[in-house]
Amino acid sequence: MATSILLDQVSKRFVLRDALTLKRRLVAVAQRQPVTHSFLAVNDVSLTVEEGEAIGLMGLNGSGKSTLLKLISGVLRPDGGEVLTRGRIAGLIEVTAGFHKQLTGRENIYLNGAIMGMTEPEINRKFDEIVDFSGIERFLDQPVGSYSSGMFARLGFSVSVAADSEIFIIDEVLAVGDPPFKKKCIKRIQQIRDEGRTIFFVSHNTTQVKRICSRAVVLEAGKLGFDGSVPDAIHHLHYDDDGDDLDAEGGEI
Amino acid sequence: MSHAGTLDAEHPHGPLKPPGDTTGLFGVFKRRYLLGLLVRKELRVRYQASVLGLAWSYIKPLIRFLTYVLVVGYVIGLKDLPHYPFHVFTGMMAVTFFTETLNAGTRSVVKNKSLVRKMNVPREMFPVASLLVTGYHMIPQYIVLVTGCIIVGWSLDLTGVVAGLLSLSIVITFSLAVGLAFSALNTLFRDFQNFAETISYLVMWSTPMIYPFELIQERTNGNWIEQLYLANPVAEAVILGQRCFWSTTIDDDSYSPVFPDHLLLRGVVTLAVCLVLVWLAQRLFSRLESKFAEQML
Repeated sequence: MATSILLDQVSKRFVLRDALTLKRRLVAVAQRQPVTHSFLAVNDVSLTVEEGEAIGLMGLNGSGKSTLLKLISGVLRPDGGEVLTRGRIAGLIEVTAGFHKQLTGRENIYLNGAIMGMTEPEINRKFDEIVDFSGIERFLDQPVGSYSSGMFARLGFSVSVAADSEIFIIDEVLAVGDPPFKKKCIKRIQQIRDEGRTIFFVSHNTTQVKRICSRAVVLEAGKLGFDGSVPDAIHHLHYDDDGDDLDAEGGEI
Repeated sequence: MSHAGTLDAEHPHGPLKPPGDTTGLFGVFKRRYLLGLLVRKELRVRYQASVLGLAWSYIKPLIRFLTYVLVVGYVIGLKDLPHYPFHVFTGMMAVTFFTETLNAGTRSVVKNKSLVRKMNVPREMFPVASLLVTGYHMIPQYIVLVTGCIIVGWSLDLTGVVAGLLSLSIVITFSLAVGLAFSALNTLFRDFQNFAETISYLVMWSTPMIYPFELIQERTNGNWIEQLYLANPVAEAVILGQRCFWSTTIDDDSYSPVFPDHLLLRGVVTLAVCLVLVWLAQRLFSRLESKFAEQML
């Protein structure tokens, strides 16, 4: 089995420039105040994911999960260490970022498919499947700006899950959509997993992680706090401590 | 550091490599389909909800053109210059190509920040799309110009053809270089949007579009100021364009248009310099690009 994702001592530092104008900059320098602040969002994380593994990424808000995903998807570049991946990357991550409100649903399917690296024949071939999954065929030729937020997100989802890739990234997106649509998504993700594609799944929802992943890692303030089985990760996070009532809604599906 | 196993080369999904497209302009042309869609989107969206729509792309330059011809040509009195409207129109082609690409290109990355921050696309895509959108808008103007030339009698020679092609190549490569550099710098400092507008204004007056090159030569007597003037690739493109479209329409023996010496050689050198500028701009873009996603909030 070959390695799919390799993180070697990866760090990402964000620089916050709080005095951008010349005037404020001069004032800050004159007062001997720092012009920039920085913080380490991802701190020395090393991780190897084998092909076909479904790995859950958990952690509290602000622990660096989304930053790590962006490092893997290539949107961000690491400041230290090395990120290596094998094959194409797609995923349920910012599924509507490429949408343009003035274009119709149909046009957005093509534009977004292309953004995700699909070719025109590939989109043509999958067009019906995408429309079918989204369930918005009636509104296909309306500008997506007129869509409800649910329809908007569903269309984004449908394009994303249709893209061929070796690595599939999922970022806390399964919170949108109505229960039947969520169910459909989980099923589709399980199908993607069963196709042998590598899955990187970020979620707070322990039930979903248990259902999809065979391994989980926990980030704590940018550092890798735990790497092991899903139940142990949940235990490590104390997510299993105080009742399942908060989780109940997501747990039904 | 090598994590590549011995089997890596034969792996069906290729080797382990850093994610993200860092192939620069080549990456853009590899993804022509996406580029085409982005250009089409831009064309659709630019004049959405406007009655005249795309016509604005022709009304605005037409008004500018008429202003120059009426005010400068007739009121101030450059009307003695033969075929003055051709002189202005040809100049406007190069100048407008440059300024439109510069202004749209400078804003392009910031304007698409939701994509830049979240999706993995070659970011050079955006300034290149601005260039293509401008080019698309210019096509009918070229048709108008060529038609006009044919109507008044166009004695196009080989030098003219070469000059025209050089003019177009210079303006494309120079616009691309400046568009790339400015779009990247604009993510750091939005000052570059205003800088671009200022440059647009300066370019309008520092190229022989509204006035003929012979006035520059008269005033400078070919000293270093003239050389500085001619070092501007847009000025070079304007003059080369006029060699193709303006001087070739003059059949008045009493007037001979003034051009710099070794015009074509100058053009070739300028084009070479512009290609180097594209390369430098790409390097600058690549350096700044790794921080794009975190810099634009």
